[in-house]
Amino acid sequence: MTDQPNRIAIRPDEIRTELVRMSRRGFLRRTLSLGGLALLSGCDLSTHSGVDAALEAALRFDDRIQAALFDRHRLAQTYPASAITRPFRFNAYYPDWQVRAVPDGWALNVAGRVAAKQPWTLAALMALPQESQITRHICIEGWSQIGQWRGVPLHVFLRRVGADLGARYVSFSCFDGYSTSIDMASALHPQTLLALEFDSQALEPQWGAPLRLRIPTKLGFKSAKNIEAIEVTNTFPGGYWEKQGYDWFAGV
Amino acid sequence: MSECPKPSRPVHPVPIRVMHWVGVYAMGCMIFSGWEIYNASPDLPFAFPRWAGLGGWLGGALAWHLSAMWVLCVDGLAYVVYGFVSRHFGEDLRPPGLRAFIGDLYAALRLRLAHRPGHYNAVQRGLYVGVLVAIVVQVATGFAIWKPVQFGWLADAFGGYPLARHIHLAIMLAIVAFVIVHVTLVAIHPHTLKSMIVTAAREPEEQQ
Repeated sequence: MTDQPNRIAIRPDEIRTELVRMSRRGFLRRTLSLGGLALLSGCDLSTHSGVDAALEAALRFDDRIQAALFDRHRLAQTYPASAITRPFRFNAYYPDWQVRAVPDGWALNVAGRVAAKQPWTLAALMALPQESQITRHICIEGWSQIGQWRGVPLHVFLRRVGADLGARYVSFSCFDGYSTSIDMASALHPQTLLALEFDSQALEPQWGAPLRLRIPTKLGFKSAKNIEAIEVTNTFPGGYWEKQGYDWFAGV
Repeated sequence: MSECPKPSRPVHPVPIRVMHWVGVYAMGCMIFSGWEIYNASPDLPFAFPRWAGLGGWLGGALAWHLSAMWVLCVDGLAYVVYGFVSRHFGEDLRPPGLRAFIGDLYAALRLRLAHRPGHYNAVQRGLYVGVLVAIVVQVATGFAIWKPVQFGWLADAFGGYPLARHIHLAIMLAIVAFVIVHVTLVAIHPHTLKSMIVTAAREPEEQQ
């Protein structure tokens, strides 16, 4: 997820081209760099898939370690309003001039292991209990900013729709084509919000209108914008970036 | 340093040689993939050359970084345990006094410092202890920026997430500076490279 105006950063269009050329999770296909050559001189460079498999296995190992390190009672640090970063940085997997408008008749769909599957209108979501937080948003690229979000705690919503809280995953699909998923323990964390507001205003399209996830215990790419559907499932859902090699758990 | 070493004792025992090269590989992976990660969002007025990065893109670089860190941790823990048990720390790497360090540094800068295989002078001991401490702190800053919420106390100890990230970067530069000095000195004394690969006889102890 990047819109980095800096000339050195990877731009979304560069990544898109790169990703089209790469096979799914082809970590090493584009790795003919000095580091790659020097460090792999003991390996057969033709066995890319073997090294890729080792890296994927290490990422799955990291996911298990991260899940074990996750403490459902530990809260992300909160900040005073004076610490809020303004202007806040726009970020998505597409450039900011391609921000999608909210589709007419938008409603939040709920699917999978839930009792109540009827769609939710914005008004119905706004009628649920709301909480506000000022927390640090940490991007996988390393930069971070402090923002304020307000919305429905996800655990409140999941209980309201009668979700199977013993299920493994909660998956998010977005009308901008993005998708991601989180573990149930993180979904039930008190600071995990279905945000309706950013910086004390109703979400605007670039901040994920009308509904986005805000999860300060995970890297920024997990806080999906422009959500149109939530699914509770035991089948590993992956996600847009996760399919390309970002670690799935992505906890901070 | 005063005891008489057994004649069969090599310059570097086998465990030291194995852990050294595993550490070189792990640190190499960490440094080169770290450059690629930094380049994803350079917030200081420099970037690393793209050809020097490992991983090809941010996701690949992170996969390398988060894999090699376990190799580094296991290697480092094994080394620390070995260092205490074998008395490698107490004898070979005993931190030098400031006077001895300055004296040997002065001699080294005038190219008057003899290099005796198997015995570290005060400059070597100072640099090796220094880089080992730097690597330990580097692992700590790494865990702080990997888990700034779960290890919030650690991130706070380094002044919070953004500062911890810059300290991580600064220590990397210090380690790279050590590597440049170290490799240069090995190039000047090639027998030291041989002794880190094969069994080489340690020079008999001299009275200092």
